[in-house]
Parts: sequence; C-alpha cells; structure tokens
Amino acid sequence: MLEIKDLHATINGKEILKGINLTVKTGEVHAIMGPNGSGKSTLSNVLVGHPAYEVTKGSVTFNGKDLLALSPEDRSHEGLFLSFQYPVEIPGVSMVNFMRTAVNEKRKYLGLEPLSASEFLKLMREKRAVVELDNKLANRSVNEGFSGGEKKRNEIFQMAMLEPKLSILDETDSGLDIDALRIVAEGVNKLKTPETSCIVITHYQRLLDYIKPDIVHVLYKGRIVKTAGPELALELEERGYDWIKAELGEQ
Amino acid sequence: MKAEQQYIDLYRQCEGMIAAHSSEVMNTPRAQAFADFQRLGFPNRKVEKYKYTDVDELFAPDYGLNLNRLDIPVDTSEVFKCDVPNLSTSLYVMLNDCFDAHEQPKASLPEGVWAGSLKEFSTLRPELAARHYGRLADTSKDAVTALNTMLAQDGFVLYVPKGIVVERPIQVINLLRSSVDFMLNRRVLVIVEDGAQARLLACDHAIDRVKFLVTQVIEVFVGENATFDFYELEETHNNTVRFSNLYVHQKAGSNVLLNGMTLHNGQTRNTTEVVLDGRGAEIKMLGMAIGDKQQHVDNNTFIDHRTSDCTSTELYKYVLDDSAVGAFAGKVLVREGAQHTSSQQTNRNLCLTREARMYTQPQLEIYADDVKCGHGATVGQLDENALFYMRQRGISEKEARLLLMFAFVNEVVDEIRLDALRDRLHLLVEKRFRGELNKCQGCAICK
Repeated sequence: MLEIKDLHATINGKEILKGINLTVKTGEVHAIMGPNGSGKSTLSNVLVGHPAYEVTKGSVTFNGKDLLALSPEDRSHEGLFLSFQYPVEIPGVSMVNFMRTAVNEKRKYLGLEPLSASEFLKLMREKRAVVELDNKLANRSVNEGFSGGEKKRNEIFQMAMLEPKLSILDETDSGLDIDALRIVAEGVNKLKTPETSCIVITHYQRLLDYIKPDIVHVLYKGRIVKTAGPELALELEERGYDWIKAELGEQ
Repeated sequence: MKAEQQYIDLYRQCEGMIAAHSSEVMNTPRAQAFADFQRLGFPNRKVEKYKYTDVDELFAPDYGLNLNRLDIPVDTSEVFKCDVPNLSTSLYVMLNDCFDAHEQPKASLPEGVWAGSLKEFSTLRPELAARHYGRLADTSKDAVTALNTMLAQDGFVLYVPKGIVVERPIQVINLLRSSVDFMLNRRVLVIVEDGAQARLLACDHAIDRVKFLVTQVIEVFVGENATFDFYELEETHNNTVRFSNLYVHQKAGSNVLLNGMTLHNGQTRNTTEVVLDGRGAEIKMLGMAIGDKQQHVDNNTFIDHRTSDCTSTELYKYVLDDSAVGAFAGKVLVREGAQHTSSQQTNRNLCLTREARMYTQPQLEIYADDVKCGHGATVGQLDENALFYMRQRGISEKEARLLLMFAFVNEVVDEIRLDALRDRLHLLVEKRFRGELNKCQGCAICK
C-alpha cells in the first residue's frame, strides 16, 4: 500500500528526515515510536503534504501512485488520512458544512454523485455512533470549544466519514484520559478492515494495548533504526530508548 | 480649481430650478447649507474624519444632474423583479433621486403610517416634516451634508406614528439609471414615534455602466421604547462613488439595529452618527464589506452616549482582496453622567493579498467613571493551519479559503433579524466570494 524509499525532508532548511525506508502492506498496523524530536510528526506531515516541509530526496508510492506529486487534497481523496496531534479550531465553519464539503469533494474525485442532504445526515448519524460523538458537537463549529478528548474523538469521527485506506494517528493518545482513550481506540478498531492499514505514532504502550500493531519501528534522528514485532513496544516501555542508542554506538 | 467650485456655480445658476421641483420644507435650509458649503469646502485628507477618503478627487469629475426632474422612461418591473424569496415587503422604488410613484406596494400600511416620497410628505405634512428635516444633519459641520441639503429635491420618508407596529418590512430599492455620467442627491427621513416598531431595508443597485456619484443623507428619529431595524445593502459597480451620511437620534428605552453591507461597490464612504439621548437606549451597529480590485470602503462611526444606562455594540468586518482599501474609524463618546454605559466596539479584517490595505482606528473618549467599555481591532490573513487541516480532509484549497471567508463575514450576516433576508445574504455573500457577482446585475438580492 505504502512504500517509502530513502525519504529526506527539511523544514526551514533544516534536515529532519534523513533517509526513511518503510513499507506498509494492506491490512497492516504499524507503530512508530521514538524519543522527542526524532522526526515522527515530520514524517506524518510530509506524507500528507504539509506545505512547510520540503522533500529533498527519495520517493513515496501509495497504491501505485507517486504520492509526493499529489496535492494534499488529492492525497486525501486517494485514501490517506491524518489524525492531527493538535486538531485545528475553525470558528464559524460548522461541522456539518465542513464534513459535507469534504465527503462530496471526495465523491466528485471518485466520479460519484454528491450525497443528498438526507443521505448525508444519515451517514453523519451512523458514524457519530462509532466514537459516541454527541450530536451537539456535530452541530458546532469545527473543534471550537471542544475539550482535548472531544477533539480526538472528532478526528476519528472524520476518519469514519471519509473511510480512508491508510490512516496515520499522530499521538492520538496525547491528552486523553483512560475512558476517552478506550473510546478512541475502539473507534479505530471498529473502522479497521483487512483492506485498510494504519500507522500509529505514539510515545506510549498504553494505546498499543488497544490498537495491536503488527510491526513496531523506532525512529531516531530522522532514520528508522530498529524494526521488530509488537514485543518491541513493551520492551521500550520498560527500558526506554537508551539501550537502542547504545546499540547504535552512542553513549 | 478645487472641486467645490463647480457645485457652487451649479447652485448659483440653478437655485430656482432646484427649489421649483422640491418642497417648502426642503427649500428652507438651502441658503444656510449653501453658505456652510462655501465656508467649509470639501475636506482634504488632513481632516481627521476624512483621512482615508479623497473627497475632493471623487467630486472633481463632471456629472450630469436631473434638476428639472425629467422622467427617465423606465419600466422598473422590466429592469428586474425584486423579491427575496419568502420575504414579503412593502416595496418602493427610487429612480436615482426621484421617487417612482408608479411603483407602489399592493398591501396597505397600518393606519397613519406614511411611506413614500419625501417631497410629497413634506408638502402634505409640513409641520411634522419641518420638525425633523435637517434637525440631525448639521450642515455647518460636514460639507457632504451641506451639499446634499443644497441640492436634494426629493427622497424617501417613513413615518410611523406613536404605538404603531409595522409588521411587514419596508423595502426601498434605489436604482441608479442613466445614459451619461450622473450625480444624484438622495434624502431620507425616518420618524418612528414612541412605542412604534418598523424595519427598513434599502438596496442600492447600479443598472447602467456609466459613472455615478451618489450623496445621501439619512435622518432617523427613534422615540421612547421604539424599535427600528435598518438594513442597507450596496450592490453597485466599480464606477460608483457613494457618500452616505446617516444620523440617528434615540430616546429612552429605544432599540435600534443598523446593518450596512457593502457587497459590491466602487468608492464608498459611509458616515454614521448616533446619539443615545435617553436612559436605556440601545444601539447595535454592524457592518460588512467585501472589496476587491480597486474598491474602497470607508466606514466612519460616532456614538454619543449622552445619558446613563445605554448600550452600544459595534461589529465591522472587512474582507479585502486584490488592491482593495478599507478603513474603519469608530469613535465612542461617553459623556459626564452617562454612568452604567456599556459599549463594545469590534473591527476585524482580512487582507487576502499583500496589496490590500486596511486602516482601522478605534477611539474611546470617556468622561464617566462607572462604565464598561471596550474595543478591539485586528487585521490578518486566513489561518494557514485551518486551511491545511481542511485540505487534509479533501477540501480543495479554493473551497477551503471560501469556507473560511464565509465563516468570517457570517458573524455579521447572522445578526440580521429577518430570516429570509439572512438566508438570502448568506447566498449572496457566497456568490460574491465565488466571483459570480463581479458586476451588478440589477438587483442581486432577487436573482
């Protein structure tokens, strides 16, 4: 599904990603862990085409397409979704209007007719249930005045609406209490199918207790320095990152 | 030669003609207005109040006038059909500065209510008209007001006697029609007596593609515990120059909403002066301007809190694209003794290009010690983070920008207290931002 080869990227001239290689197959869940400042959020931002980052070298193929050649909106239409670490508040733009525009632009891209108002509202109702998002929130402006937990739930709600092929969850667990974490994680699991893949970026094992990864990577100083099965996440939780740094010859 | 000379010459030559086609009440203040105009001259940009609009330059071109009140043959029903869906109004038409008597609303007004030609009203009810006409619009202080008072021959009047509630909104369509560059001087008088209620919607539409210069003076008297809503919508073209001076006087317990929306224009200067002259009077002033190309919108407001327990709220929002220029200057004066005044002024602006310019100047002058007053002004760009967030969800950059711009001005549109008009304006604003209103197509409120 996703193939990243020797990816280098900079922000304001500073190189953050220094040759990432990563392959995500259909149906897989990958976890990316790593100490602060290792480039985890940069990787997710580069994949969705944030204009502040510049790709200086390498390639990314997404379902056979050259991802880096696509605009952010077309990447979304192709099935790429980012659950933002810090979802943006957009005062004055209603959730309904925002989602209807997003859903219908995707349908247009896929050559489908736009949804009628009643079809759309029915879809909203169905998908709201996935993350137990209150109707009141759905009627408000996008993320405006939402609590931290509500914002993250709203991200997963949007994911449910857009049915992406590959979802990147960027520290979706940060700022969540145990109950909110469970609801968000269960939402992600309900949306998981054998045809969809997921990249979970996190510092902690606790999210991975709910969303079971197939493969765990450690990102450090802009490179993937270790890849293993789910047991790696547990080991990191227990031992921290120093032993990995030691393996790399740093002390 | 300064621009005022041609108007001085014009008045000297045509004084008799102007008076012959107007009313006694409107003729009475002309001589004083003429003297004031000669003394004042047009303000230059060193005059604080007119810092952002070059009055002299805008009045300099040579425009034709219709002082002889020749009938311009036009079938207004053919020019356009004006009805906001689901909004039934009592509809009147002003053709340039002439009241169009052919167009009268079908439904009758409540007993005693008068809407129509100011010239006719001031001829039939001279005492009532004289008690109000020119009483707020002080010709000794403002050259545009003086000029309008010198030259205006007719206009629109709305009179609502004590205690009468006019349920159906009154709508005036100001049509600008001419085959040559044209100047018109329109006068409006609104009297809403104690306990009365009325709503007025005025739309300016430029039909022909010549240059128009419009001066307008509006005087509004709102009695004790009366309610008055006034919506003004400008939808003209890039060759239209508009100077509008609105004077409002409110008595105790009155409630007024003013909403001035500049949807499409050329060069616009709106001056609004409100006097809160009785306990518990409340004013809400809203303004919205959408400008692009070389358009210019200058709103200058003054609120005079003369007595205690009055409330004023101002919210003005501008979206400026291309090389458009916007200005907002808002002064609030809280006089000695005007305790428990509550006043909030807000001006927020979006400049979409590096060339767009916004000048904003809040001004509070407070001489009472137990008041709650605040002001805020911002000039900024669209939120890049919000734009990217929307694009990640598959919304194109163009559409995302539009959604953010609607959201920005909708705060003003949402304050419209007529549901059908509010819905219509949401649509018009959207069309405007989509570039589908890049010229006036007659009455956009209808199409």
